[in-house]
Amino acid sequence: MRRNQVAVVGAAETTELGVIPNTSQLQLHADAALNAIADAGLKLSDIDGFATAVETPQQVCHYLGIKPTWVDGTSVGGCSFMLHVRHAAAAIEAGLCKTVLITHAESGKSMIGKLPRSISADSLQGQFEAPYGVYGPPSMFPIPVLRFMKTYGITHEQLASVAVVQREWAARNPRAMMKDPITVTDVLNSRMIAYPFRLLQCCLVTDGGGALILTSADRAKDFPRKPVYIMGTGESVETPMVSQMETFNSSRAFKVAGPLAFKEAGIAHNDVDHLMIYDAFAHLPLFGLGDLGFMPYEETGQFIADGNTRPGGKLPLNTNGGGLSYMHSGMYGMYALQESVRQMRGIAPAQVPNAKISVCHGVGGMFAASGTIVFTNER
Amino acid sequence: MAEPQRARPKPTPETQHFWDGTKAGELRLQRCDVCAHVYFPPRPFCPSCASRKVSIFKASGKGFLYSYVINHRPAAPGFTPPYAIAVVELDEGPRMMSNIIDCPQTPEALELDMKLEVAFQELDDKITLPVFRPAKG
Repeated sequence: MRRNQVAVVGAAETTELGVIPNTSQLQLHADAALNAIADAGLKLSDIDGFATAVETPQQVCHYLGIKPTWVDGTSVGGCSFMLHVRHAAAAIEAGLCKTVLITHAESGKSMIGKLPRSISADSLQGQFEAPYGVYGPPSMFPIPVLRFMKTYGITHEQLASVAVVQREWAARNPRAMMKDPITVTDVLNSRMIAYPFRLLQCCLVTDGGGALILTSADRAKDFPRKPVYIMGTGESVETPMVSQMETFNSSRAFKVAGPLAFKEAGIAHNDVDHLMIYDAFAHLPLFGLGDLGFMPYEETGQFIADGNTRPGGKLPLNTNGGGLSYMHSGMYGMYALQESVRQMRGIAPAQVPNAKISVCHGVGGMFAASGTIVFTNER
Repeated sequence: MAEPQRARPKPTPETQHFWDGTKAGELRLQRCDVCAHVYFPPRPFCPSCASRKVSIFKASGKGFLYSYVINHRPAAPGFTPPYAIAVVELDEGPRMMSNIIDCPQTPEALELDMKLEVAFQELDDKITLPVFRPAKG
């Protein structure tokens, strides 16, 4: 795909984030969509392309009253929205539609109008994972961690520092759920969830949503907001079964999606001013830093523990506070994208000065899928 | 750990041989007749070379502890926390999720790379689960 041909011209989260007990999941989609449409200065009737995950495109389009000529229901977990951005950029370039709306919303905490997630007993997961006591992401996502730690000499303290540093970012963000400072000792003394991970190394569970609007870069200059261009994109999937990953020393999906986006954008690692790595759990940023080629895996833990990703550090990472401290409704990828767009617009609560290139890397399932978007505010 | 509400696998035509095997006290894997690739979970073709000529064989049942978590909360139905959810690498190559029995469910006792051997846990008259325990000798 050619770089910088498509831009984000509308971006917004739901009016509220956190615990929203008075709103259904479907209405959270609508709330985010209406906010994004207002942000872009558009009308609903201007939208001719639509993408969402978990909820079907027909469900949300009907609710909103949208008549699309292009839809994408790719639903590969929390990075689905990175894939939607990639697919939407290709569709706009191919002339299939002009203005794409992408929505995410989840009543992850209040569970109002939330679709059931179940694993059938005759699926491969149902036969070969469920009988061994897996029960939700905390029991599955951290399974690779001990192997990763042993292979690369990563310490428990380094993994705890991921949560500490992200809390520093969250403290600067009025909309973050958790803002009080924490220490490595606090993290290592928090309640055990699934060894080696404790409560403060696991993502929040909240309600909320977000929406993006994309159009061609040529049209983007006529919109009220500063356009944020799609510079490069990548995507992949590996396996829905964490036990069947090729290795626990890296994520194959990350290693396909990340480098693809860098290559398409034509950037090197030292060009990156701002980085988002979807942090459902504390090990994700370490996998991301290694798999995206920022540094050898052995150095990832110390790099974060040394403060390189904290406010004022040389590689600002997860600057909204991340899934660990900002919010996590279940499919956090949309919020990572929102933060990248805010940083590129120059309006983030913890703004990185003069940031021109933002890399936004997402995971779906337990390393099941991945999507990477490189944004820039210069064409 | 086996209690009534524990998740029960339901075999499909492609996996029936595996569950017939565990019931008979065998851990069965598949090997490609063309490229010799050994794979899991079961399927009637080779995921490496796409050949449909594949054979079922009895695995050694030996392997090592590749990684694990010790789950504290929330516990799955039928499980009493804390309990380890492990991934075992078999000597034949494939990995599978399992539980480790006859071993304290602690980080001290569960050492990565420890040698393991298969054991069989009967859930009901239809399903016997392969689990692993520290290898003897």
